[in-house]
Amino acid sequence: MQLASARVPFRLKVAVVWVVIFGVLAFVGNAAGFDTQWIRDNFRYILGGLRYTMVMAVAGIALAIVLALLGALARISRNPVAYGLAGFYVSFFRGTPLIVQMFLLYLALPPVGRNLAAEYTWLPEGFDQALVLEASTAGVLALGLNYGAYMTEIFRAGIQSVAGGQGEAADALGLTYGQKMRKVVLPQAFRVIIPPTGNEFIAMMKDTALISFLGVTVASAEVFRRSQLVGKADFKNLEAYVAAALVYWGLTVVFTFLQARLESRIGRGYDRTHVAQAMAAASQQGQPHGGGGVTG
Amino acid sequence: MSADVVVRIEGLHKSFGHLEVIRGVDMEVRRGEVVVIFGRSGSGKSTVLRCVNFIEDPTQGSIEVAGIRLEGGHRTRRKREQIRQLRLHVGMVFQQFNLFPNMTVLDNVTCAPRCAGVSGDDCTKRAMDLLDRVGLADKAREHPIRLSGGQQQRVAIARALAMEPDVMLFDEPTSSLDPELTGEVLAVMKTLSTELQMTMMVVTHEMGFAREVADRMAFFHEGKILEQGTPEQLIEAPQHTETRTFLDAVL
Repeated sequence: MQLASARVPFRLKVAVVWVVIFGVLAFVGNAAGFDTQWIRDNFRYILGGLRYTMVMAVAGIALAIVLALLGALARISRNPVAYGLAGFYVSFFRGTPLIVQMFLLYLALPPVGRNLAAEYTWLPEGFDQALVLEASTAGVLALGLNYGAYMTEIFRAGIQSVAGGQGEAADALGLTYGQKMRKVVLPQAFRVIIPPTGNEFIAMMKDTALISFLGVTVASAEVFRRSQLVGKADFKNLEAYVAAALVYWGLTVVFTFLQARLESRIGRGYDRTHVAQAMAAASQQGQPHGGGGVTG
Repeated sequence: MSADVVVRIEGLHKSFGHLEVIRGVDMEVRRGEVVVIFGRSGSGKSTVLRCVNFIEDPTQGSIEVAGIRLEGGHRTRRKREQIRQLRLHVGMVFQQFNLFPNMTVLDNVTCAPRCAGVSGDDCTKRAMDLLDRVGLADKAREHPIRLSGGQQQRVAIARALAMEPDVMLFDEPTSSLDPELTGEVLAVMKTLSTELQMTMMVVTHEMGFAREVADRMAFFHEGKILEQGTPEQLIEAPQHTETRTFLDAVL
């Protein structure tokens, strides 16, 4: 007995499922009075927030990478001060919610500066204002600190995945610690580190939306804040948040694609025959590898 | 003045936790001399070699290479730099090759001199000469992964030679090679001795190589040198039953 559906390619069936999902959503949206004209009118404005979203995400991930690298080097060092500092950093920033960290930096720091300045007159002029951060600055710092703590573990694992013999060979060649790390260990570690760092970046792009809770000024509002503003003004919450979701979703799809390409590029010069064989075997079986899912 | 002694090991002890692996080793290697170190696994022969350039820190005793003398024990910041200076005089070849997979063959060979501040053109020229010496000049632009084990080990030898070392350490250089590939590596090692008069300390079970190239052999047993002498003395007329038993097993 042969099922008729066995002749239909798996990928086509998956595509049909997706079409059906969108069909159902369109039907529900239509019945709920979804105003597509409003979206068309306001999408440009919401999309304009993308540049702030991206700037904040790029700044945040840059800070996170620096912190993760320092944190990882400290976690593998035998220096008790470095090790202790990194341990505290990772524990605190992984142990508290991101939104709490944002408010700590934005609203809890200013009184520290003010009160210290009042207590100790020898502190430099203007110290009372020194810890007052702009909302977007505080938000980006919190993102960087938070993601840096998680990525410290990624970086540490990546560095430790480099075979011990590599470090020994670098030592034997008389390389300094810095040269060993820069030329031998880190380039090999980055092959392991880059893919998960890409995932962290994609996740961070979405978490930039949280910064809007700090009350970002209208002029520099990112995607979520903009949809909030226009949605509230026109009583179009449904359309506004759907629009915001679509922007983030599209961004994630694009960057997931870019990341996959980057990942295959950094494999060059290394033995990838086993990867090629696995791919060939998978495609011969006609099984999907990857499917249509979007991760992030 | 004993200027022709390149390596001097005095009162060497090495413990890993409670396990004492080296239990008092004294050894001198003269310029141009080839010393083959052999013994059962766990006898401490590799550890001695790794102590010479402080890949392992000696627990006790002293190591002197090319006039730089360092005591065992804890590392201080100052000692770390001294260790690095000592290492610049020592080339090492590992059992697992340990070539850098992120670099081309040529970059592997130029790595050490470049890091030590030798200018780019000189480095490249010298590296190509060395690759030519080990018969792999045509592989300069390849990545190590594309080379056979024997070829990788020959690159590793060229990489160590690029430091212009006073002594070369070989830690079981052919043990992870397929039998048909050991010959090419041993042949290169032999030319280092015959053509460059390179000082070498070689941990190996290749008794044919030892007989042909070694000036002296040292048999390690339970963390000590049980006996040493010329290859003829050790291979043909070992004094100790342990040496005899071991030789019977590998010959």
